[in-house]
Amino acid sequence: MTDKLLSVGSDWTFEFIEIYDREIARIAKKYQLDTYPNQIEIIRSDQMMDAYASVGMPIGYNHWSYGKQFLNVERGYKRGQMGLAYEIVINSNPCIAYLMEENSMTMQALVIAHACYGHNSFFKSNYLFKSWTDADSIIDYFVFARNFIAQCEERYGAAEVEELLDSCHALMHYGTDRYKRPYPISAAEELARQQEREEYVQRQVNDLWRTIPRSNRSRESDEVPRFPAEPQENLLYFIEKNAPLLEPWQREVVRIVRKIAQYFYPQRQTQVMNEGWATFWHYTILNDLFDEGLVDDGFMMEFIHSHSSVVAQPDFDSPWFSGINPYALGFAMMRDIRRICEHPTEEDRRWFPQMAGGDWLENLHFAMENFKDESFIQQYLSPQVIRDFHLFCIIDDDTSDTIDVSAIHDDEGYREVREALALHYNLSTREPDIQIYEIDVRGDRSLTLRHQQSSRKPLNDDTEEVLKHLYRLWGFDVYLFSYDGEEVERSFRVPKKRISLDS
Amino acid sequence: MMSYIVDRRLNSKDKSAVNRQRFIKRYKKHIKKAVADAVSRRSITDMERGESISIQQGDIDEPSFGHAEGGYRARVLPGNKEFKAGDRIQRPAGQRGGGSGQGQAGDSGEGMDDFVFQITQNEFLEFMFEDLELPNLVKRELASVETFKIVKAGISEEGTPNQMNVVRTMRSAYARRIALGAKKKRRRREILDLLESTDSADDSSRVMLQDELKLLEKKLAGIPFIDDFDLKFNVNRKEPQPSSKAVMFCLMDVSGSMDQRTKDIAKRFYILLYLFLQRNYQHTEIVFIRHHSTAREVEEEEFFYSRETGGTVVSSALKLMQEIIADRFPAEEWNIYGAQASDGDNWTNDSPICYKLLADDLLPLLQYYCYIEITDRGHQELWQYYEKLAESQGDAFAMRGIEDYSDIYPVFRDLFCRESASRAEQSSQ
Repeated sequence: MTDKLLSVGSDWTFEFIEIYDREIARIAKKYQLDTYPNQIEIIRSDQMMDAYASVGMPIGYNHWSYGKQFLNVERGYKRGQMGLAYEIVINSNPCIAYLMEENSMTMQALVIAHACYGHNSFFKSNYLFKSWTDADSIIDYFVFARNFIAQCEERYGAAEVEELLDSCHALMHYGTDRYKRPYPISAAEELARQQEREEYVQRQVNDLWRTIPRSNRSRESDEVPRFPAEPQENLLYFIEKNAPLLEPWQREVVRIVRKIAQYFYPQRQTQVMNEGWATFWHYTILNDLFDEGLVDDGFMMEFIHSHSSVVAQPDFDSPWFSGINPYALGFAMMRDIRRICEHPTEEDRRWFPQMAGGDWLENLHFAMENFKDESFIQQYLSPQVIRDFHLFCIIDDDTSDTIDVSAIHDDEGYREVREALALHYNLSTREPDIQIYEIDVRGDRSLTLRHQQSSRKPLNDDTEEVLKHLYRLWGFDVYLFSYDGEEVERSFRVPKKRISLDS
Repeated sequence: MMSYIVDRRLNSKDKSAVNRQRFIKRYKKHIKKAVADAVSRRSITDMERGESISIQQGDIDEPSFGHAEGGYRARVLPGNKEFKAGDRIQRPAGQRGGGSGQGQAGDSGEGMDDFVFQITQNEFLEFMFEDLELPNLVKRELASVETFKIVKAGISEEGTPNQMNVVRTMRSAYARRIALGAKKKRRRREILDLLESTDSADDSSRVMLQDELKLLEKKLAGIPFIDDFDLKFNVNRKEPQPSSKAVMFCLMDVSGSMDQRTKDIAKRFYILLYLFLQRNYQHTEIVFIRHHSTAREVEEEEFFYSRETGGTVVSSALKLMQEIIADRFPAEEWNIYGAQASDGDNWTNDSPICYKLLADDLLPLLQYYCYIEITDRGHQELWQYYEKLAESQGDAFAMRGIEDYSDIYPVFRDLFCRESASRAEQSSQ
């Protein structure tokens, strides 16, 4: 029996890693996990800190905020607050995953299964990633961005580039089209077309701001059409194309930040699914290894210990509670899909008539491929999982003296809990809805933003700071009106002091 | 499809160094203040370690649009125990309108920890020197820990190839080859002898002997010429180069007119001298002498932070210094340095006495004596007498009127110049 074991002892070797990778790949194939080729990199713990600090970009441009990130990670690591064991994996082709040299063989196998086959297959098959990112060229694009920004620093000074990046970063979450499918990023083209674009964009911008009267016929109508004709949600895109005072290189930097934001956009919307998927597969694959007699009890003990701490969900009243753990929820939901297919109860048949009793693998793949967190929860959060987590929904209304429990894990409550939880993962309710409403093209060139409040939620204290950054990019006055329904509830103006309207 | 496994462990360290540097540059003001606080808090002898810097979270946040608390929100929480739909829960006391932010702290703007990080010893010194406007060469010398001599410290089994001790390695290989091969060689000689002596018939025993001979040859050939555990390496150890002792006398006027800022400037003055001595002598001692109308030897804490009032008689401190030297620090064993800080007040008839004491008794024993006068008023008698000293004893005596930190270094300029000149001489030999 023991001669079938893939490894002995807890130390890893390159040979063992290869063997495990081969076996895990074999099982992954059995479950039809479609992956990019893997590039597994063995690194030291300080390199892992670098990787954490660069927030998912294996090659990043230089900026102080990554230094801050690094110091933060370093402190956390030194205090022993974080294990650094899991998983940094880059959505690229080949898919890059890191293994830390301090880890035991068990942990390496766990990370391989989790990152190299779990996340990897998610990157390759989920619709958001398919339509928003281009894994083939992202690394090249990072290189392009790094070089371009380094060149700018040489030419225009590090301080000026840093200021510009600060401003772009402040608006980073407003640098994506939420509904339109963007062009994929292609680094080679990017470089080739960059110069051309510089000239072209500049010409267009100049055109917009042309002060010489165009012709007689547009003269008589005082009614100048509003610009932009439709409100714009992609602030950075709008800046890149229309800001009157930016130099061509500055437009390119705005574009870089925008493109990188776009690359991370799918990840921000698929946290629960992505982690749930990866966790489900490391759990399933390593259990299969055990069932085949390829790993021993000691291996499994270490694995289960680590796995169960990853999927732990502290209760809301526990001192360790910090929101819903995406690993826990995602893993539970993925497992639940399998359960509903394999051992449906009467309740499942009522709730999931198409799925109950079906092929679990097919259903699971379908779920992974066609949903994001919000719709995934909306579609698949079952009464069983709601009960297991003892989920309940509270209404926190600042006009009420009490916090009201509106639904719990019972027949009357399931739908409401599911609805509310799904909404929580909806980016457009999580982040304020702020759009560019109007440019005063013929007047003082000021830019006006509109914030449409959702459920009367006010803007945070950063708002004015962010507007200062926007002002730096735009170059002329910036207004922001926060609407509650049709009413202006609050208004901001930069550079001048806030003017308060009666509300 | 094969995975591609790359060993990146030998890649360069400090990929984040640039970003870290930029961060530190950006928050220079905060760090400088923290360093200044640390300098006044720490002992003179305790400047050579890093410091933990704490910056308020608000100063360091990167702003972004987000929701503040308030409005209407539905939240889903795990772990319900006793709640039923329709329950109304009282808000926690003092909180109205808005539950705590979900998940990450950061949008609530309250009760957040400061951002804390460490700077290294070098960075600490760098920041401290910045106020003092030290020339770069001097900065580098004070901050570097390179004033070590490499000395041999025996032989080890482990080391890098360039440290290999060839003679010891070969000797050990030779011994091992003898130990492993001697018995076999002896037997081979026996067999060869037998084969020669008994050239007679008996084929079977001859074949057996020849087989054994072959086996022996093979085994002997299998003994490696050099094996891993033969390798011997030189071990070197760094030792601080200077081997002599220095004592530094800190003299300070503590009469009422010396305020805390003045003392703070004085402290940096002493620190600089101490760091200099640290670099140049294996062992450095400090003697603190405070004086008003009488002088007393005290501990550092008392030296800087306790206050006394009274007249000012500088010569009392010089006399005490002379006594202590005679008592504990014979000039032939110790390199003696003196550093005096004052606001320039002295009792009228005392300054000539100081002049005489220094010129005749003390300076001959001292390597260097430096005096700073921290005042914005005109100089008084003591200054005039000291100026005379500076003229006659240029090399070993330095003085300066000081208004700010940056004025401190020039007092030491000659001292440091002399040192770097002699160092350059040494290294060119």
